Amino acid sequence: MSHLTTTPSKPKAAKAAAKPKPAPRELSGSAAVLEAFLEEGVETIFGYPGGAIMPIYDALYDYRDRLNHILVRHEQGAIHAAQGYARTSGRTGTVFATSGPGATNLVTGLADAMIDSTPVVCITGQVFAHLLGTDAFQETDVINITTPVTKWNYQVTDATEIPSVLAKAFYIAGSGRPGPVLIDITKNAQLQKFNYEGYTRCQHIRSYRPKPIVRKEYIDKAAELINEAERPFIIFGQGIILGKAENEFRAFVEKSGIPAAWTILGLSALPTSHPLNVGMLGMHGNYGPNVLTNDCDVLIAVGMRFDDRVTGRLDKYAKQAKVIHLDIDPAEIDKNVKATVPVWGDCKETLPLLTAKIQKKTHPQWLKRFADLYQQEFDAVIKDELNPASGELTMGEVMNELNALTGGNAVIVTDVGQHQMVACRYAIFNQSNSNITSGGLGTMGFGLPAAIGAKFGAPDRTVVAIIGDGGFQMTLQELGTIMQFDVDVKILILNNRFLGMVRQWQQLFHDKRYSFVDITSPDFVKLANAYYIQSSSITDRAELKQALKTMLDHKGSYLLEVFTGKENNVFPMVPQGCSVSEIRLK
Amino acid sequence: MTTNKEEYTITVYTENQIGLINRIAILFSRRKINIESLNTSPTEVEGIHRFTIVINETEEVVRKLCRQLEKQVDILKAYFNTNEEIIWQEMALYKVSTDEIAEKVKVERLLREYGARAVVIRKDYTVFETTGQREETDRLIAVLEPLGLIEFVRSARIAIIKDSSGFHEKLKEFELAAPGEELVENEYLDKQDQVFSM
Repeated sequence: MSHLTTTPSKPKAAKAAAKPKPAPRELSGSAAVLEAFLEEGVETIFGYPGGAIMPIYDALYDYRDRLNHILVRHEQGAIHAAQGYARTSGRTGTVFATSGPGATNLVTGLADAMIDSTPVVCITGQVFAHLLGTDAFQETDVINITTPVTKWNYQVTDATEIPSVLAKAFYIAGSGRPGPVLIDITKNAQLQKFNYEGYTRCQHIRSYRPKPIVRKEYIDKAAELINEAERPFIIFGQGIILGKAENEFRAFVEKSGIPAAWTILGLSALPTSHPLNVGMLGMHGNYGPNVLTNDCDVLIAVGMRFDDRVTGRLDKYAKQAKVIHLDIDPAEIDKNVKATVPVWGDCKETLPLLTAKIQKKTHPQWLKRFADLYQQEFDAVIKDELNPASGELTMGEVMNELNALTGGNAVIVTDVGQHQMVACRYAIFNQSNSNITSGGLGTMGFGLPAAIGAKFGAPDRTVVAIIGDGGFQMTLQELGTIMQFDVDVKILILNNRFLGMVRQWQQLFHDKRYSFVDITSPDFVKLANAYYIQSSSITDRAELKQALKTMLDHKGSYLLEVFTGKENNVFPMVPQGCSVSEIRLK
Repeated sequence: MTTNKEEYTITVYTENQIGLINRIAILFSRRKINIESLNTSPTEVEGIHRFTIVINETEEVVRKLCRQLEKQVDILKAYFNTNEEIIWQEMALYKVSTDEIAEKVKVERLLREYGARAVVIRKDYTVFETTGQREETDRLIAVLEPLGLIEFVRSARIAIIKDSSGFHEKLKEFELAAPGEELVENEYLDKQDQVFSM
């Protein structure tokens, strides 16, 4: 597995001016794409060939020693893998796909990357320029299909554009609030030879400001509010991870002494065990953070966007609080929650400015209220979830055993549904970039391919993909990718023989009318074995610890299926249309 | 903040890029907002285009929409204004039968009273043109309709913002503000709208 043992190198320092311009040479558009990838420090590409992207694949044959291409089993798998890669490595993921169906198969992943701000650059092949608009074989209007789900997209019909367009693509995908970029290249442009004059990384686009200007006035005002606050509360999201501002954030939290709760995508930005980390926000978040959102006097939101799954009913959300909102995207300010003080900017820059101006404080009384509510939640929910005395296995106890064995050092990739909520509630994280999940879009089928990419992005870390029996069946073809490339991911299927989250809602809000949620599954062990992946399946509590240990100790990929309680529910829960303080413990 | 719907004119400064109109249009259609009028035009700055879009919405919706517009990579700036804050005009063309019009109306009175201009006069038909606001162009329809108005078309709205000093200065300001520069002082919380935010 030589491709897994190399550590990713830092992207080359952007010193375009210092670099002497190489002598022009003749190059095809396809080779120019690959040169651009090398210049951008790309090492791994997830892709699938096809007619309209064949010239690029032909050129790739000569770059095999420098660019590692992972052949997935479906283009959706490629883009989810690129997302997983981006999320663990903190770099831009890359995808190749062909025109028509190849490109349309990317759409779900683009939408996912768009809403979760994941930097991805996708290259799609397109029919010859003279065939555009003729309903040619495998022609689709990819640019218009993907416009709402890309940060930027562009169609190249002339090879001479390729170096500058790709430089723009990588710059846009990775800067500011990151996002997916799609570049559609017609076949003639891939084949066209042109005078290649080298590659210059993009550092400026006239119409694009990745970061808003930091305003001192707002920093002062925010600091003033924080210093005067009696019950301040920090809620933080992925902005901290994307901004690589974990240290700055920690310094801010520790100096201010303010309790901090994470959104599902903010998970792992602060160690779970940090004394000021009070848990998760949102629909299935922790009791204290939800209830006390409606009791704090100053709410400090850092790099998060007040998703409806976090806020619950908006007109009853934190109405008593003055809101300080730190975000790099000006469009997020006042979008859902009106900010008293908007702190526009990159939190890596704004947090230290704020930290310098706030007083060192502790809030023991206020913290005790979080602790008391945690105790209530522990007694009502957590205790039985993590250590059930009898009955079927719970997802929580699986997580509990997993935490004990990994020590909180693993990358946890989840799919979507009950297992996702349980994993995010109970997984322990010691370091950042460790929680990979589809937060905004809630894409079932995300987990398995994302785990493949996550492993390539963090080859030295243990990657555990926790997936439900439903979501696993949406993208299980990627077992083929794991087999072919020996990708060392641990697949943990939590099988409750139901589409559990929908079933839970049907139980609670639709009079137990279980409409099409009783999904059956194949024998996952046999399935894994067909792909030459070691596997086992357990139902008994007594086997759990050893089974998890076997999975983690195994060299290479491993699939463990754990049968859990059929009709277990995830609690606490903020029912839809309710305020966060109306969170139910049962 | 007013919650009443009102007519707003949105002025969007953009790069000249294929497909940008789609990127702009879907921001409206995604929110189920009907575009009443849309015009594209060059500006006083070479290479920069200007979209003039009219919608009926509340101030809050328009404000958020403009932020979403500005978020697009190829868009430099989006302003929104009420009708009081702009000078605006539309143009209309009216095709009528020359016989009808010559027989029944004093054409010179028509031209004077309605500020109309005859663009084409042929034996079979005449085309008039007026420029003005909606009620002005509508008034001439009312007059011509009984005379057998054959064809009518009205252009999109074009508008000039009263207190704008042009985009040249803004662009310079924008270019100067390179990413990662030092703090800006003397901007006040209560003037958020006026702050050139990109």
